[in-house]
Amino acid sequence: MDLGKDLVAASTTPLVLAILAEGESYGYAIIKRVSELSGGHVHWTDGMLYPVLHRLEHHGLVASKWRSSESGRRRKYYRLTNEGRTELETERKRWQIVDETLHRIWMKACRA
Amino acid sequence: MSAGPGHALLEEQIGQWRAYLRQRRAFNGPDVEELETHLRDQVGVLTQAGLAEDEAFLVAVKRMGSLDALSREFAREHSERLWKQLVIAPEGDAAPGTATRTETLVVFALAAAAALAIKIPVLFGLKPDGDAAFYARNASLFVLPFLTGYFVWKRRMDPRHCVWLAVPFIAAAAVVNTFPFTRRPQQVVSDTEALSAMHLPIALSLVVGIAYVRGRWFEGAGRMDFVRFSGELFIYYVLIALGGGVLTAFTMMMFQAIGLKPDWIAQDWLIPCGATGAVIVGSWLVEAKQSVIENMAPVLTRLFTPLFTTVLLVFLATMAWTGRPIDIQRNVLIAFDLLLALVVGLVLYSASARDPEAPPNLFDGLQLLLILSALVVDALALAAIASRISEFGFTPNRVAALGENLILLVNLAWSAWLFAAFLRGRTPFRALEAWQTAYLPVYSIWAALVVLLFPPLFGYA
Repeated sequence: MDLGKDLVAASTTPLVLAILAEGESYGYAIIKRVSELSGGHVHWTDGMLYPVLHRLEHHGLVASKWRSSESGRRRKYYRLTNEGRTELETERKRWQIVDETLHRIWMKACRA
Repeated sequence: MSAGPGHALLEEQIGQWRAYLRQRRAFNGPDVEELETHLRDQVGVLTQAGLAEDEAFLVAVKRMGSLDALSREFAREHSERLWKQLVIAPEGDAAPGTATRTETLVVFALAAAAALAIKIPVLFGLKPDGDAAFYARNASLFVLPFLTGYFVWKRRMDPRHCVWLAVPFIAAAAVVNTFPFTRRPQQVVSDTEALSAMHLPIALSLVVGIAYVRGRWFEGAGRMDFVRFSGELFIYYVLIALGGGVLTAFTMMMFQAIGLKPDWIAQDWLIPCGATGAVIVGSWLVEAKQSVIENMAPVLTRLFTPLFTTVLLVFLATMAWTGRPIDIQRNVLIAFDLLLALVVGLVLYSASARDPEAPPNLFDGLQLLLILSALVVDALALAAIASRISEFGFTPNRVAALGENLILLVNLAWSAWLFAAFLRGRTPFRALEAWQTAYLPVYSIWAALVVLLFPPLFGYA
């Protein structure tokens, strides 16, 4: 199911932050993880993740480091900073409010 | 993964993709590497899932998304990359770090040497205010030898083969300092002395040019490079001078605030040392930025060619309408010389940036109009002067001004002819370029004649 451009754009930041909260990761793995978690529903154009990561880094929410992986390929790993953790918490509360609100409306609609 | 012919093809495809990304300014080296790693990860997963490598590559590229959109996103995130920065030390890739560091050291050593050279005569009791004539005559000798030295070093010329480049400087120093210039009472510099001072830099710039082009002096392209260099140096010099002015103003202001008179810092040190050192530093910046930043001089000529053409045409129309003759003052000839020199400059620096293969366009027509109106204005001025030249007499200033007028007139008349032929498709633009570059030594040779011959001819007056 297509989520629509605006919703994808709005959910990118919390998704990336949440995945990085699980531990440091790199671009390709983040996309794979999102695809896995959403059952393939959330799908990004691969390249577009990188400007987002760079923006988050710019704002100090994530930090990056180049490292060689086990396969010998050099990769840029991203991890959450303390500000990133705080931001993730705020995002979580925001989405919870949206989620709860929608939930209540739809529960009512179901009962009716 | 197999290392068969398919694999080589994949590497080639990835190489092309990488090169394509590199062309875009929004991506820097690490970005390209990061995206490439992603692409390789994706290709790896897809081939393991059973796709052929070329198919996997196509799918991976498709999933990466449109490069235009991606480039836009990167540009939004890194807007600073769209501004070309002049970085003297190249970052990261293929860093000849020590080479640039050596160059920085050499440049600042030469700039410091030039700045100190102008202070050496003070040790022998020659004061800048009391001996203005000495400093005026020798001004170019404090700077241009160091600049020539910089290019000898920069172009890796064998110093033993370049010793002869020092000959003109030594000869010039000997000539201007041994001529027995005689000043009238209350005259700071005599007429021929002032002419020498003004013409020596033009004569010696030929030597700098020879060092700059390193043996390509007899090629038009080499000389044109020197023209481009000189235009940019002028602009950088003006910019550095503006900064120097601000620095001087602040120095004065701050020391005056604590009740000191810091005039001597500015007059004896900041201004003379800054003015000499800035030539070397400016040249170095022009060398370093050559391929990084657009040339400014041609942009300025583009901006001002229409404006000057308009002014000249309006001037001619006003003269015709009001019937007012040119008022022959003492310095009127010099003013018209400067006008012609300016027009030659506009033509020369426009030509330096023009693609010689491009067909004639509106701007070429505009330049022809500019030259023609300048020629008409100058002809009017010459006609007005000719009638009274016997009355004025042949002073050194007037002969020099007439000679310069003639030289510039010849240049512009032939340029107008070539422009007209070019606009009618008879000659290529290269002919005009060749004419302008071939003419360059004429200025220097004339200037050398003024320095060498005028003082004895006019009795050092």
